[in-house]
Amino acid sequence: MTWNLNSDRPIFIQIIEKIQVDIISGFYKSGDKLPSVRELAQEASVNPNTMQKALSELERTGLVYSQRTSGRFITEDTTMIDQLKSKLAKEIVTEFWDNMQKLGFQKEETISLLAKTIEIEETTTKGESNDDTGM
Amino acid sequence: MILECKDLTKTYRGYLALSNINLQIDGGHIIGLLGPNGSGKTTLLKLIAGLLSPASGSISIQGNPVGPASKNLISYLPDHFYLDHHRKVAEIIRFFDDFYEDFESERAYDMLAKLNINPNQKLKSFSKGTKEKVHLILAMSRRAKLYLLDEPIAGVDPAARDYILQTILSNYEETASILISTHLISDIENILDEVIFLQNGKIHTHALVDELRQESHKSIDDLFREVFRC
Repeated sequence: MTWNLNSDRPIFIQIIEKIQVDIISGFYKSGDKLPSVRELAQEASVNPNTMQKALSELERTGLVYSQRTSGRFITEDTTMIDQLKSKLAKEIVTEFWDNMQKLGFQKEETISLLAKTIEIEETTTKGESNDDTGM
Repeated sequence: MILECKDLTKTYRGYLALSNINLQIDGGHIIGLLGPNGSGKTTLLKLIAGLLSPASGSISIQGNPVGPASKNLISYLPDHFYLDHHRKVAEIIRFFDDFYEDFESERAYDMLAKLNINPNQKLKSFSKGTKEKVHLILAMSRRAKLYLLDEPIAGVDPAARDYILQTILSNYEETASILISTHLISDIENILDEVIFLQNGKIHTHALVDELRQESHKSIDDLFREVFRC
């Protein structure tokens, strides 16, 4: 797993975002145990204190809970995970729409361009996977 | 608290190298000691290690003044090679094992193996970068309370640098602290939790790394370039 942390934003915020995405994408499933602070810190090449801070923050929001002796776990509240998923999706779409407006695109143009791009992506990735199986 | 410096001042024949340094470092932190050339980084580390005596002020390491007790708690990596070049690495490891109660040969051999360094080779046969790695491995193989690393990765290639940072992260105990002086800020800033900017022998900034990023929206590397622009 790669972490790709930038140095110009607080590291603990980027760690929170990364773990959130890992939970939404199902890399960590509801009820899964998280690796220890030290293990995660080493994997991400960050200071254990920074990792600790990020996990405490995730705990505060309820996405992660800790059991005193056995470690940290992903919440079993799947509604919470779904809510987070729609929240993040909305943020990405809003940012995209803002950027499109800055480039001077109208609503209809944007939607059709988006649909076209998705179509092209789908056919090319299908083509690639066909090539793979053909090998 | 691991380290406390109070009103620390050091002069070299009238030249003021450090003036009125007040510094407190708690256990479990990795602190970057950053500053332009001649700002006093090495002087500060040498004072803490007990290789220099201050003109005035005091230093205490876990409550001990600088002396035999404090030196037992500190693993110091100087910014120059100090080991006998005619010795094999294995001989030096034996020497360290005899000399330091908290030295763990096993860890040293483990790190040497991971970096493909042959312990039966003499130190003088290695490149500059490999010599640096050997020195750092020896420093990190002690179970110290405070590690003072003066320019630990300057001559090491970028790929090995990553491994060395991992080594630093995995080899210090949760209660120990590491003070690293370096110019390679972008390489190490993600493993730091605190940073000290030294300027003309004074502390310009001492803050949490993520707070500085949040305030400035800049990396520590960019911030450094801004603060110390020539």
